[in-house]
Amino acid sequence: MKYSKVLNLSVVVLALSLGAAGCQPRPHAPTPILGRTGNPKGTGETFGRETPVTQLPPDQNPTVRGDIPLQGRFNPDEMTPDHNRFAANTVYFDFDRATVKPSETGKIDEVVRYLQGNPTQAVQIEGHCDERGTEQYNLSLGERRALAVREYLVTAGVQAERAFTISYGESRPAVPGHNEATWSKNRRGVFVLLTPK
Amino acid sequence: MKHKPAFLFTCVLFLSVTARPPEAVAQDDREIDITHLGARRIPISLEGYTGEVLDALRFDLDIQGFEVTGADKAQYVVSGSNNSDVTGRLTDRVGKATLLSVRYTGGTLRSEAHTLSDAIVEKITGRNGIARSKVAFKVENGQNSEIYVADYDGHNAKQVTQDHTITRDPAWVPARRVLYYTSYKAGNPDIYVHDLQSGTRRAFARYPGLNAGAAPSPDGRRVALVLSKGGSPDIYVCDADGSNLKPLTRTREAESSPCWSPDGRTICFSSRHEGRSALFVVSVDGGSMRRLSTGGALNCTEPDWSPDGKQIVFTRLAGDFEICVVPAGGGAMTPLVAGEDPAWAPNSRTVIFTRRVKGKRVVSLLDVPTKQIKDIQQTSGSCSQPCWAK
Repeated sequence: MKYSKVLNLSVVVLALSLGAAGCQPRPHAPTPILGRTGNPKGTGETFGRETPVTQLPPDQNPTVRGDIPLQGRFNPDEMTPDHNRFAANTVYFDFDRATVKPSETGKIDEVVRYLQGNPTQAVQIEGHCDERGTEQYNLSLGERRALAVREYLVTAGVQAERAFTISYGESRPAVPGHNEATWSKNRRGVFVLLTPK
Repeated sequence: MKHKPAFLFTCVLFLSVTARPPEAVAQDDREIDITHLGARRIPISLEGYTGEVLDALRFDLDIQGFEVTGADKAQYVVSGSNNSDVTGRLTDRVGKATLLSVRYTGGTLRSEAHTLSDAIVEKITGRNGIARSKVAFKVENGQNSEIYVADYDGHNAKQVTQDHTITRDPAWVPARRVLYYTSYKAGNPDIYVHDLQSGTRRAFARYPGLNAGAAPSPDGRRVALVLSKGGSPDIYVCDADGSNLKPLTRTREAESSPCWSPDGRTICFSSRHEGRSALFVVSVDGGSMRRLSTGGALNCTEPDWSPDGKQIVFTRLAGDFEICVVPAGGGAMTPLVAGEDPAWAPNSRTVIFTRRVKGKRVVSLLDVPTKQIKDIQQTSGSCSQPCWAK
């Protein structure tokens, strides 16, 4: 149920973004990341042009429901971060997992309620890992963790354009040390509140 | 930054007597099967060298299949001096022949020593030496890390980035003094391409979410990378100017560490697609990803394809991290040594990797057939993510 809601939303987002790019619409279950323009300065006009994907054929045709802007009003590069507001809402993960545990959802629900009451603000979700993975693997795992938290936010009704992710892999541990007590504190998703400047 | 090209050294051959072709001397070592471990180290002695030159020659030979030993036990003897310039005469004690007699001039003593050791390796084994090659790695100090380049033994290390943030995932463009890496300088993990010759760089991938793991193709014309802009970390490929971006995977799980087959047609990477991290391959033209059999090894990450196309070296997590190799087509894997994040040298024989020592990381070299390990000269800090210029 939860999954299909996410799917529907992502389908809408994709349909819009792909429609705007003039391509054939394709569904993709995870929610694409909005905000922050994808065009680096000085790398040529064709940068970022997508070509058709040959893998994983579409399993469902997208339908357009509602009007979601292609470029969000929110750009994390242009907002002021507050690392303390949600310090008590850090989400913890099991070893080598990127699944939000039932014990952690209450903390995310608090963030959802805050964002619903403060529509001009957004969040960045930091994904972190303990030191027991390899470095490149952990960078992807950290991103996957942040995205899992983001999926929860989006499913709970927060607009996708207000939730950004950033992975730090294992390079920003919350606590130093080389045992399970410290590792369990380092496998985490951290909310940073973003306020427009 | 400028690198003095190796060809600037004037190599003066004042005597070169080869009693019989070097192939005859070392037939056993030329067609060595890299997975055939326990390969015999070739005993060689060094006579007349001192200080830095002696250290460099010993390091170079020890890590390339030789064992520096006393003259009485040696099959080959290198005699010479390092007064103002390095000279060397290589003799085969068994074959009673002089194989090489050279004097170098024009470089530092250290670079002359590396040039001599490359000549010795080539003369005896027929393989290209690696002593004049370059590596790049990440150096972490506190919360931040920067990219460094150095000689393959860690000497002459030079800091490439000054970003005062997390900088990581260095990768050389083959045959060019150009690096790709990821930096958080703009507040997000973005990929930059950095010309070491001119010292200029530009943003290469600044998509929303993760931009990491850039791996230039063997011909340098394309780049494989990890992006999460589609909602999950997937493998993408694009042209070297950033155009023609296309995803090669579309999973809900995390992918990482793309690397290229030497023919530029296949990408090998790590994915949790089937629940645990494993190695997969996918055609660079698209199509389905296919699991690469690693002979039952679980939790495999960080593959690197040997330049000769025959082997893939990777890290597996089995309690601790272990460097393993598997034939490029998949099959039985061979565990080598404790360590992680391996990358091949241009000779498809030596591997550079990371070891964890007392909470810190150090970069080491591994001679795969003999399993010899040597730590490179460490830059102050925690050194990891090494890669070799090819």
